[in-house]
Amino acid sequence: MTAPTPMPPAGSLLVATDLRKAYGPTTALDGAEFSIHPGEVVAVMGPSGSGKSTLLHCLAGIVPPDSGSIVYNGREMATMNDTQRSALRRSEFGFVFQFGQLVPELTCVENVALPLRLNGASRKEAEQTSLGWMRRLEVDDLARKRPSEVSGGQGQRVAVARSLVTNPRVLFADEPTGALDSLNGERVMELLTEAARSTNAAVVLVTHEARVAAYSDREIVVRDGKSRDMERAV
Amino acid sequence: MSSPAVRQWYRDLAMGLRFAFTGGREGWVRAVLTAVGVGLGVALLLLTTAIPNAMATRESREAARQDLGITYYENGDSKPTDKSLIVADTDTEFQYEEIRGRLLEPEGADAPLPPGLEKFPAPGEMVVSPALAEMLESDDARLLRGRLPYETVGTIGEAGLIGSKELAYFAGADGLAKRIDGSVVARIEAFGQTEEQPEEPMDPVLLLLTLVVFAVLLMPVAVFIATAVRFGGEQRDRRLAALRLVGSDGRMTRRIAAGEALAGSVLGLAFGTVFFLLGREIAGSVQILTFSVFPSYLNPSPALALLVAFAVPAAAVAVTLFALRGVVIEPLGVVRTAKPARRRLWWRLLLPLGGLALLSPMIGQGSDNGQFNEFMVIGGVVLLLFGVTALLPWVVEAFVARLGSGAVSWQLAVRRLQLGSGSAARMVNGIAVAVAGAVALQMLFSGVEGRFTESTGLDTTRAQLELALPQGGAPVSTVGEKLKQAKGTDTVAALSTSTVSATRKAPEEGTEVTVGDCVSLRELAQIPSCEDGDVFLMGAPEDPTTVTLATAGRTLYFDASYKGEERGAEVAWKLPGEVKKVAERPDSLRTAMSGLMATPGALPAKAEPFLYSTVYVRTDPTVPDALDEVRNAAVAIDPLIRTWEWETTRQVDEFATIQTGLLVGAAAVLALIGASLLVSQLEQLRERRKLLSALVAFGTRRRTLGLSVLWQTAVPIALGLILALSFGLALGAVLLRMTSVPVTIDWANVLAMTGIGGAVVLLVTALSMPPLMRMMRPEGLRTE
Amino acid sequence: MSIGHTLLGLLESGPRHGYDLKRAFDEKFGHDRPLHYGQVYSTMSRLLKNGLVEVDGIEPGGGPERKRYAITEAGITDVQQWLATPEKPEPYLQSTLYTKVVLALLTDRDAADILDSQRSEHLRMMRILTDRKRKGDLADQLICDHALFHLEADLRWLELTAARLGKLAEAVTR
Repeated sequence: MTAPTPMPPAGSLLVATDLRKAYGPTTALDGAEFSIHPGEVVAVMGPSGSGKSTLLHCLAGIVPPDSGSIVYNGREMATMNDTQRSALRRSEFGFVFQFGQLVPELTCVENVALPLRLNGASRKEAEQTSLGWMRRLEVDDLARKRPSEVSGGQGQRVAVARSLVTNPRVLFADEPTGALDSLNGERVMELLTEAARSTNAAVVLVTHEARVAAYSDREIVVRDGKSRDMERAV
Repeated sequence: MSSPAVRQWYRDLAMGLRFAFTGGREGWVRAVLTAVGVGLGVALLLLTTAIPNAMATRESREAARQDLGITYYENGDSKPTDKSLIVADTDTEFQYEEIRGRLLEPEGADAPLPPGLEKFPAPGEMVVSPALAEMLESDDARLLRGRLPYETVGTIGEAGLIGSKELAYFAGADGLAKRIDGSVVARIEAFGQTEEQPEEPMDPVLLLLTLVVFAVLLMPVAVFIATAVRFGGEQRDRRLAALRLVGSDGRMTRRIAAGEALAGSVLGLAFGTVFFLLGREIAGSVQILTFSVFPSYLNPSPALALLVAFAVPAAAVAVTLFALRGVVIEPLGVVRTAKPARRRLWWRLLLPLGGLALLSPMIGQGSDNGQFNEFMVIGGVVLLLFGVTALLPWVVEAFVARLGSGAVSWQLAVRRLQLGSGSAARMVNGIAVAVAGAVALQMLFSGVEGRFTESTGLDTTRAQLELALPQGGAPVSTVGEKLKQAKGTDTVAALSTSTVSATRKAPEEGTEVTVGDCVSLRELAQIPSCEDGDVFLMGAPEDPTTVTLATAGRTLYFDASYKGEERGAEVAWKLPGEVKKVAERPDSLRTAMSGLMATPGALPAKAEPFLYSTVYVRTDPTVPDALDEVRNAAVAIDPLIRTWEWETTRQVDEFATIQTGLLVGAAAVLALIGASLLVSQLEQLRERRKLLSALVAFGTRRRTLGLSVLWQTAVPIALGLILALSFGLALGAVLLRMTSVPVTIDWANVLAMTGIGGAVVLLVTALSMPPLMRMMRPEGLRTE
Repeated sequence: MSIGHTLLGLLESGPRHGYDLKRAFDEKFGHDRPLHYGQVYSTMSRLLKNGLVEVDGIEPGGGPERKRYAITEAGITDVQQWLATPEKPEPYLQSTLYTKVVLALLTDRDAADILDSQRSEHLRMMRILTDRKRKGDLADQLICDHALFHLEADLRWLELTAARLGKLAEAVTR
């Protein structure tokens, strides 16, 4: 077994070292580091514009960094092409965003089933599995409704169900409660972290809200494109 | 009306006008897109209104340069004067392009200059049209330069041409006086038609065709303009909602929206004028078949232009208000009325039924000089075609509601259509109307084609060229011999005809005589034995005169004298002792011939001037450009020899023009609609940018998304085309019935039209792929 | 808030009289509650006793006693430890935190570090409360929520201060 080049804590699932990324003249990441274990919930905090979302996009293989290394499960992501990274996202990762993620014309259960169907599952099978997850997130009664017919909190739970439906090993959540009131937000966080823990999935949670971050095991702070791992800093 | 109310109206409209241009970069882009769309439509409308003018200008130019035929009867004994000019018609054809040719020989100082010339070219010189000058300089014009062995000394001005691409020349000549025959060579004292030609009433079927062509071409333009003013609708709705938030009421926002539409369409009018002026210049350099115009011909008639200037903005406002009909603009957003009412079928059906009702009384009117009511024709056609646009949204909705789900891409597309098929149907409307109209026209055209295409009865395997020899030129035998030697010639048949009369003074009692050597005569009849000096009687003539005259040994007369006229030459011809009866060849060069046939040796020498001679040429297929080689040889012998290429059919000119117009128009309209399709497609994609990025983030294949976009367009398009086909066929059938032509469907044509419509869609989808791929980049996820 | 640590921190920039110390304290931290002389002297004598300060000299002359105090090595270490130790996340911490940040800026220490470790400490507390809330009954939930909201307010303040450290440094060292 080959150890990744940097010195990650033993047993890390996803490790990033010295990430740099610039969008034109703006530097989004300037030497950021990150690592996460299976089953761990790590909050990524920091002021807006600090590079939190960019870090998440890089970690998830959505955006390739300009330099630096991202090793997932022993594989260097830079060596994968777009198709391979897409396949990785489909099968190993799950995603929850703040908004704009449910396909408005599909029903809720069809939305949840989408990742499974993209992986080639049959419609019936996919929707069966999806209903199970919707039940866990207490939105199974909305299965046949469209996203426009459900509340924000319900929609976000549907999105969480969708992110978990493939049993991902890493769940990426970018401000998952950003558009919700505190009660709904907390319920979503509770369900999300519970579900993740029960499947031993790692959760990368980008948030600027302390009470959302409180659902994490550990937080890192991103400021001006640099990350700070608070656990190891103290 | 009270003046504060008026002021309020004015303020709201003005605010809308301002909004159209002050929405930042996006606002500008939207305003410009709308303006470009409306502008293209307006330009097409203006061009259409200019077409009648262009036709009229061409006709008056043609009339002004008229030089032959008018003096036919008196010409034989005209005398040269100070004002006289001899004109010879030397029209020719090169590489299947017609060239107008004239030889000019002024006889006096005041001889009239033809339009477009500043002075007469001297013998051996010529003045050419710009297009011909260009052609003469091209590399493959060796034969043409040989055909026109004159030195180019000038250019024909616009006044002397009927189109920018017309091929024409005037060459100087001398010695034409003795060749005057009143048809190919004439003496004139002025150019131009001296008297108004009586206007022939247009054939009712041709009129029908013209009306339908205009209706069919302009309908999609109207649909297109309606689509163009709705560009950027979503963004506008958001802006209107923001206005409601700061306190404007529902009616005010509608007026503001109207103001915005007005702004877009007025800017569109400006764009349209520019496009039109550009298009006019381009039109000057384009030739469609043999039709070209000068930019100055394309002047829209003021009344029609004014109508366009008023109708377009009015229509834009009407469409905008109609689109806002089912919409409640709330301060916090635009609400489509809760559940959009299920589309109703009955009123949508009323339109096509009304159209049929208008057309049905005219069934059969096209046959025996019947007349069509223009308004009913146009009304009926327009209603039927509008029926397509009205029914299509209903059909799409009803159809997609029944679709099941398949692959993910299919599911995404179907669900999207089920949620809101209106915009998809709108996108397809233009294509559907264009295709329906084109299919109907295509049917009408192929149905009545027979009526306007005359069979020439010529067998092109027997001869390819027919050369008419002018009077007073070289003897036919010489010409025949020379042509036989010419490059490109395979076989030659030189035949002359004349009339012989029974007595010196009774030309009425006569028969035709065809003269040629044995080889040539054998092209007409089956002649077992033949030598020079023989005379034959063709077939079994029913005409008793011919039978009487064709008696062996009898004396007949060429150029017998008419009573009360100048005495003819009265050349006597004694028939030989034997007149053999021969049978006509089934594939004779001249069909339905009768009368005498004579070899040259049988005729008196004095008969030569009374023979009208023609040489038929079979060309050698192995020689490239054989037709032009033979023509060149003919011109070298005598420039006044006229040449025709044999063709099996010939179309009535007007019919050909209408058909050309349809093809050009249909192409322009489809291109226009394709452009608008692309714009609305891109707009829809832009609205979904964030969603697309999210879908890509969780690993959706780009191919899946691309396919779903394709399905999303393909399904409505397929339905649109099916609907268009059925309506087109129905309309075509009705139109054919109106012209009393049996209804037949030329499936190849119908499918071709449909295929073109489908191809436009595929092209649009292909063009929207690169932006789609760009939009699927993860940058779309960035919210900051 | 620890007055002793604050006064110690103020001495780090150089020996001062008790009177000067009070003036400096009031100016930087005592906005609404000026420090009493008695408080200064009793605190200083405690620090003297613990060896964290020493008497640098006494001004002669009549009037009140005028001792001049200087910080010892042990005193500097003590300040350092105090600054580095995050406060127990409790309500109404801001005055202590503010003092710490200003002192860090005054003594050229990394103020952002202080804020970050405090945030970490707050979050640790919030995690415990969140966990308790998840397992507890409604009463527990409400009590925990109260604490959580207060902690969250502190955290927001930490964020805001972190974003304004540059301006604050300018203001206090002027």
